[in-house]
Amino acid sequence: MMQTFFDTSLTLNDLRFMLKGAGVTISITFWAVLGGSILGLLLGLGRASAPWWLNGPIGFVLDIFRSVPLLIQFVLANSFKSIIGLNWSAFTVGCVVLAIYTASFCTEVVRAGILAVPPTTRRAARSLGMTWAQDLKEVVFPIALRVALPNWIGLTLGVMKDTALISWIGVVELLRSSQIIVTRTQEPLFVLGIVGLAYFVLCFPISRFGARLEARWREND
Amino acid sequence: MIEIENVHKHFSTLHVLRGVSLNVQKGEVLSMVGGSGSGKSTMLMCINGLEPIQGGRIRVDSTDVHAKSTDLNKLRRKIGIVFQQWNAFPHLTVLENVMLALRKVLGKSKAEAEAIAVEQLKHVGLGEKLKAFPSRLSGGQQQRMAIARALAMSPDYMLFDEVTSALDPQLVGEVLDTLRMLSQEGMTMIVVTHEMRFAREVSDRVAFFREGLIHELGTPEQIFDSPQRSETADFLRSVL
Repeated sequence: MMQTFFDTSLTLNDLRFMLKGAGVTISITFWAVLGGSILGLLLGLGRASAPWWLNGPIGFVLDIFRSVPLLIQFVLANSFKSIIGLNWSAFTVGCVVLAIYTASFCTEVVRAGILAVPPTTRRAARSLGMTWAQDLKEVVFPIALRVALPNWIGLTLGVMKDTALISWIGVVELLRSSQIIVTRTQEPLFVLGIVGLAYFVLCFPISRFGARLEARWREND
Repeated sequence: MIEIENVHKHFSTLHVLRGVSLNVQKGEVLSMVGGSGSGKSTMLMCINGLEPIQGGRIRVDSTDVHAKSTDLNKLRRKIGIVFQQWNAFPHLTVLENVMLALRKVLGKSKAEAEAIAVEQLKHVGLGEKLKAFPSRLSGGQQQRMAIARALAMSPDYMLFDEVTSALDPQLVGEVLDTLRMLSQEGMTMIVVTHEMRFAREVSDRVAFFREGLIHELGTPEQIFDSPQRSETADFLRSVL
């Protein structure tokens, strides 16, 4: 019994292939989270301070990106790219779409963090002669970060797993690479088990990192 | 010198200040008293430009606070303000709270800023709490830290907005002692307060605010012992 359980046709080459897929997953996650966080930071800052006539439309557009299933966004964007003749690879399209999707959530994370800073605290900073920018950098962001970090970590972990959907437009990332192997080895449970473990290994350090930061900050509360 | 001339202030439809005029001389301690909503706290926020005004003029050492050309960030360096909610920066230690503006606004070196901050914190009796975070401090200690933070900028004027109102009764004394000390050192102060005995003791003049106007202005003896207006007398009777 034990013999057959470990008797697999999975080769070292297959594992290498999946490792490459994992590399693509990390790469997409990195670009999507980086781009999405920068865009989300700017939009969140805008939403926390912009007048309603600007705030409303931004919020509406972001709501669209948050509400339409990511899979549909990937497929539509990929087709749209061909229609307007953009010479982007599926990988680039995937990164851009996922970055915008990330930004639409990150905006709210940032906004909630900034609005959690009491206006009176900001007023105190300004009363000391600090400029708007200094108030943001020295007072608002550090306080907002403590509020926003857990949500941002959650968002990042979500994005990491959402990268699997990019396989629909032909990008071979971790999940897709495993499915290719499954079609040959016919050992879906075993392979998916490995892939699941791989996702966990990728996500766990991020999760731990967030928890450690939180614990360090909590010491001061 | 702070010159307030016929200042009007609206919060949308609410007419909070209805033509306030007042001069505060260098070295003077002026208390503003009156019921809630009488406009005294709003007046304070207008003096360092935290709130815009819709009419009149406020000048601090001949600088028009609300003129477009005025660099408010620069002006605020010489006007310290302490608020009802002590407004500590929660992510910084007590020492860092006081050092922040010294470094970022006045551009002092780390060593210089630290020396000034330590001195000011000792001055208000927090020499033992330098490395503590604000959340570990009592309300009274946090408020004294806020005072040290404002004083560290060596302001020419200090504004106090009901600085004891949010404190437990047993902590009020230590903060009032700090204010008393400042007044004895010759600091120019405008103090919005509900502590009538304190106002009487430290003030050179007392302004009684009512419905967005200075209803009566005079020495503590005049205001507290022989108010000329019946509303002043009514107010004092209600709070004493």
